[in-house]
Amino acid sequence: MSMFNMTLIIDASYFLAAVLFIYGLKRMGSPMTARGGIVWAGAGMMLATVVTFLFPGMSNYLLMIIAIGLGGIIAWVSGKKVAMTDMPQMIALYNGMGGGAAAAIAAVELYSGKDHGLTFGILAVLGGFIGAVSFSGSLVAFAKLQGFKNTTLRFRGQQIVNLIILLSTLIMAVIVITQPDIGNTISIFFILALILGITMTVPIGGADMPVVISLYNAFTGLAVAFEGFVQQNPAMIIAGTVVGAAGSLLTQLMAKAMNRSLANVLFSGFGETTSEEGTEVSGSMKPIDATDVGVMMAFANKVLIVPGYGMAVAQAQHKVWELTQLLIDRDVDVKFAIHPVAGRMPGHMNVLLAEAGVPYDIIYDENEINSEFESADVALIIGANDVVNPVARTDPSSPIYGMPILNADYAKNVIVIKRGQGAGFSGIENALFFLDQTRMLYGDGQEMASELIQAVKSL
Amino acid sequence: MDQIIQIDGFIALYIFMLAGFVGHEIIGKVPAILHTPLMSGSNFIHGIVLVGAMVALGRAVTPLEQTIGFIGVFLGAGNAVGGYVVTERMLEMFKRSKDKKS
Repeated sequence: MSMFNMTLIIDASYFLAAVLFIYGLKRMGSPMTARGGIVWAGAGMMLATVVTFLFPGMSNYLLMIIAIGLGGIIAWVSGKKVAMTDMPQMIALYNGMGGGAAAAIAAVELYSGKDHGLTFGILAVLGGFIGAVSFSGSLVAFAKLQGFKNTTLRFRGQQIVNLIILLSTLIMAVIVITQPDIGNTISIFFILALILGITMTVPIGGADMPVVISLYNAFTGLAVAFEGFVQQNPAMIIAGTVVGAAGSLLTQLMAKAMNRSLANVLFSGFGETTSEEGTEVSGSMKPIDATDVGVMMAFANKVLIVPGYGMAVAQAQHKVWELTQLLIDRDVDVKFAIHPVAGRMPGHMNVLLAEAGVPYDIIYDENEINSEFESADVALIIGANDVVNPVARTDPSSPIYGMPILNADYAKNVIVIKRGQGAGFSGIENALFFLDQTRMLYGDGQEMASELIQAVKSL
Repeated sequence: MDQIIQIDGFIALYIFMLAGFVGHEIIGKVPAILHTPLMSGSNFIHGIVLVGAMVALGRAVTPLEQTIGFIGVFLGAGNAVGGYVVTERMLEMFKRSKDKKS
């Protein structure tokens, strides 16, 4: 086959891959077609990868196959094994790998000493910079969520130190672009960028990590697009840019749902502030037992279930779904009310419920369901806390003031399944627990759900 | 490699601009329930970096370039394969309530 035909096949395949990526991502936007979406995108990836072996002027095929095999197998096994609750950190890990790959492309291009011209030189360096930050930053995010490194390191003047590292990296970047022949500048540049990714991420608290992971996802996309320009590869340019834009928007949506600005997430701490809560909450928490709750729910017209990450930690979602089915059989209208930040990242709770078999058409977003709490006989809160705290609406001195919440306090009866009496993740006292219509069902989420099942069954 | 079309200057900018809008539009209307799978799905799609890393390794000459290229391909393959596996696992679970019990 002539070289020209080969190039044509490669170009056509990359074009097709880009079409499949966009089509696949589009289909992933609706729960009905989402599964097909990833399969189409996967076909595009397979095509692009296979065709790249035909690229003219290449060698090192054995190394290439070994690297693909190693990386592929490790990722395949870990991806198949990971529990749904650990999904956020796995996304961070795979995303970091992508950023690292983009940085590696930049490094090979720069070390080769090829003259890229000013524009492509800048793009190569910029892509390498963003990719390296995404790589080390994502690994820190992974380690934090996985629990390898729980402590959040903070010291005074940290922002200034980060700024100095950032500026030094940028200065090295300029030198790499303008004076490519000077000694070890390329290595120093990459090392600085990697350090910056670490020092940027270390001070960010666990609660904010999803926003950061999403941001790094957008970073990697952008880095891939820039390296795509350098390598003149349209599939990389388009896929990278689409992800860069989509990821930026997703990051904003997440930050908004958490009532945080992106600058706030990156440059200040929430998660671990020992917050002095605003107004003291008065009243007492009134306990109830499972039998009474069972009766209450079985004879209700409408029950809204508000699950939080605590439910997933207690592995109670299967029992909760069993309970839901019993209630539906008794003609109770049961719906799940999901706060955007329930779980560890937006949409995570939906994944956890889907795993338990809960169909997505009885799961509702905060803005779809909030008007229905007033007509609900029972709001069952299981493992959720801050997202149903009415002080977010009423108390301007509270750190969560202004955060969109689920209006569980409007329901006629509120049942809270909770392990003990302590305050929530953020350390803020929950006014909902002290309301007149609220009863506390103390115990482990899974055990309590089982007791509720027994209570409803015995009626 | 000699390209048929050189992607630079304004052509590059046009592609960048249009692809950026596509990404923005695609995500804009997605319900929050799909945000986690979607983030995972977009994470998979930038796994295309594997292709670039393969070309980088394929053209690498010195041992240093080969080592970095090898690491790049390894990481890129991890991104693509891992991203696919976890996204597919999540999306596979989304089901409708088929038989309405009455």
